[in-house]
Amino acid sequence: MRSFTTLTAVAAPLLRDNIDTDAIIPSREIKAVSKVGLADGLFAGWRYTSGATRELDPDFVLNRAAYAHAKILLGGANFGCGSSREHAVWALAEYGIEAILAPSFAPIFFDNCVNNGLLAGRIPEPTLQVMAKALAAEPTVTIDLRECSVTGAAFGAVAFTIDRDARERLLGGLDAIDLTLRGIDVIRAFRTRDRQRRPWAYLEEGT
Amino acid sequence: MHEQWREERLTGGRREPHAGTIFDKIWRDHLVSESGDQGLLAIDRIFLHERTGSIALKGLRERSRPLHDAAHVFCTIDHIVDTRTGRTDHTLVPNGRDFIVETRQAARAAGIRLFDVDDPDQGIVHVISPELGLALPGLTIVCPDSHTCTQGGVGALAWGIGSTEAEHALATGCLRLRKPQTLQVSFTGRLPPGVGAKDLSLLLISCHGAAGANGKAIEFAGATVRALGVEARLTLCNMATEFGAVTGIVAPDDTTFEYLAKRRYAPVAARWDGALAHWQSLPSDPDAEFDAQISMDVSRLAPMITWGTSPQHAIPVDEPVPDAASARTGADAYRRAIAYMGVDPGKPLTDLRIDAAFLGSCTNGRIADLRSAARVLEGRHVAPGVRALCVPGSSALKRQAEAEGLDKIFKDAGFEWRESGCSLCFYAGGENLGLGKRVVSSTNRNFEGRQGPGTRTHIASPATVAASAVSGHIADVRTFEQFRPYEY
Repeated sequence: MRSFTTLTAVAAPLLRDNIDTDAIIPSREIKAVSKVGLADGLFAGWRYTSGATRELDPDFVLNRAAYAHAKILLGGANFGCGSSREHAVWALAEYGIEAILAPSFAPIFFDNCVNNGLLAGRIPEPTLQVMAKALAAEPTVTIDLRECSVTGAAFGAVAFTIDRDARERLLGGLDAIDLTLRGIDVIRAFRTRDRQRRPWAYLEEGT
Repeated sequence: MHEQWREERLTGGRREPHAGTIFDKIWRDHLVSESGDQGLLAIDRIFLHERTGSIALKGLRERSRPLHDAAHVFCTIDHIVDTRTGRTDHTLVPNGRDFIVETRQAARAAGIRLFDVDDPDQGIVHVISPELGLALPGLTIVCPDSHTCTQGGVGALAWGIGSTEAEHALATGCLRLRKPQTLQVSFTGRLPPGVGAKDLSLLLISCHGAAGANGKAIEFAGATVRALGVEARLTLCNMATEFGAVTGIVAPDDTTFEYLAKRRYAPVAARWDGALAHWQSLPSDPDAEFDAQISMDVSRLAPMITWGTSPQHAIPVDEPVPDAASARTGADAYRRAIAYMGVDPGKPLTDLRIDAAFLGSCTNGRIADLRSAARVLEGRHVAPGVRALCVPGSSALKRQAEAEGLDKIFKDAGFEWRESGCSLCFYAGGENLGLGKRVVSSTNRNFEGRQGPGTRTHIASPATVAASAVSGHIADVRTFEQFRPYEY
């Protein structure tokens, strides 16, 4: 997994509460057992006037010229709620989104972001409102994960919060499975003890 | 709105873990190691399904990572499998067959027990797990599916994860996680007739918002919850994810033990005795501290139904659609919801004609839900112009319903009687309920497009779904003549 340190890019405001993973990637857009080929389906219900013709809706923020190359999204509260589908994060990443700033994230979506190297930082809604307005004047901002800050010409510097472990994993580009597998001997020893302690929790072979 | 319910919120704000809650106990039992604010937790059961489990198995294969312990991994075909009679691998979902076939092949190659399309134990993952005794009190259970929290209804610590986390659990038998903050939700008072667990969930989410429990682990407690059967507790915990929570749980008690005894995979003999002793030690200690508490007297609760496009957009069925000021939702979300749903602020929902009624899902597709709806439907017929479907949550409970004669009640009333699966709970490009069609649904999500492009979903209880189906408009089941409510 690649590491995330700083990012200077266009930020697009989509300050809607409860943006769910069905909105981010509708289930109908998941057409194969694959982590790729999802960018076209990103926000399909909002981005296109018609799902069939793929005609772009000019009013949708990512379709406006100023935000055409956005790599950062400003979102509403409870961002990524709903289905656990990691396809939502794969679609965002494939489209080019590398960071999302919102008042709160649904827990599964947040973990999915970290597991794919996407920054998900929390900023209070009133601050996001100020930032969103400022983006109209200058949409390019700089995120620094080391400082947990985001700066923009039209709004100055703003702090965001992110869990300590998530920050470290993003900065280091660390793969959690590799980290856990390093301690596999400890896990095996735990299991041996646990089978003695909670035999009822284990299914016998062939049941 | 909601002023009739006494409500109290205490926020302790404590961050340090403290002994005594059911979460503390299960956490301690499973803690392999700690690092910073993270624990490495042993996972007892992993469930997969064809929509998101298939990609997890593929990811492992591509990185040549073997399964840690296939004996405790289970896979079902539920999400996009056809629910029409005489089904095969063929589905109306574009490329849907690929998901089923790839999942089957991957599960076989990995040595995982698969509840295949034609397996007598096939069903929705969170329905079959408790039904088969795979979910047990005090176990840690994960599945790449947000409604995994359902299984907290039997006292398991169960939560939804992404596909990468599923790979993690499959490869290591463990997951890394931050210990969530805790929230105790206590319901008191005897539920009025015709009101159940779904109404409790919608009340809670409407009062505190869809992010009201953001990132927290919820224990549902109180006399009202103690009086609920296991199936209703599963419904309550199912909706915890719609409240922003990591998980929901109900402490196990005699109701739980009676439900689990003699289920297929439940422990027997000495193992059962050992399990029982352990399970009886799990409930939160009386002096246990939670990070936050919510307490609600629900003795005057009305049937709840959603008016908008988030589960938090819920109101008592006899109240008008809120205006922008009282809707407790952001201005942009409110405007979109009103327009998408085609509802009028200030007007009651009960005036709205409906096009369809859907009964099923991991939220309300269990036998108790079917019995509850059948009570309303007996001797009645679906209104003209309304398409009504009943999709049992598992193949086993479908057979049970048929043995009880419930299928006849549904069919006589004009309902389609389907094979088990997730079905029209969500639209995956296949079957859908139609552009602009208005549906009363026993499911969990009323998001834009959830049941089809432009489809307008009103979430409610099985009793409200049945009452609305026969009325042809959104209906208050309490007004039905000779209504004999089913008690969960």
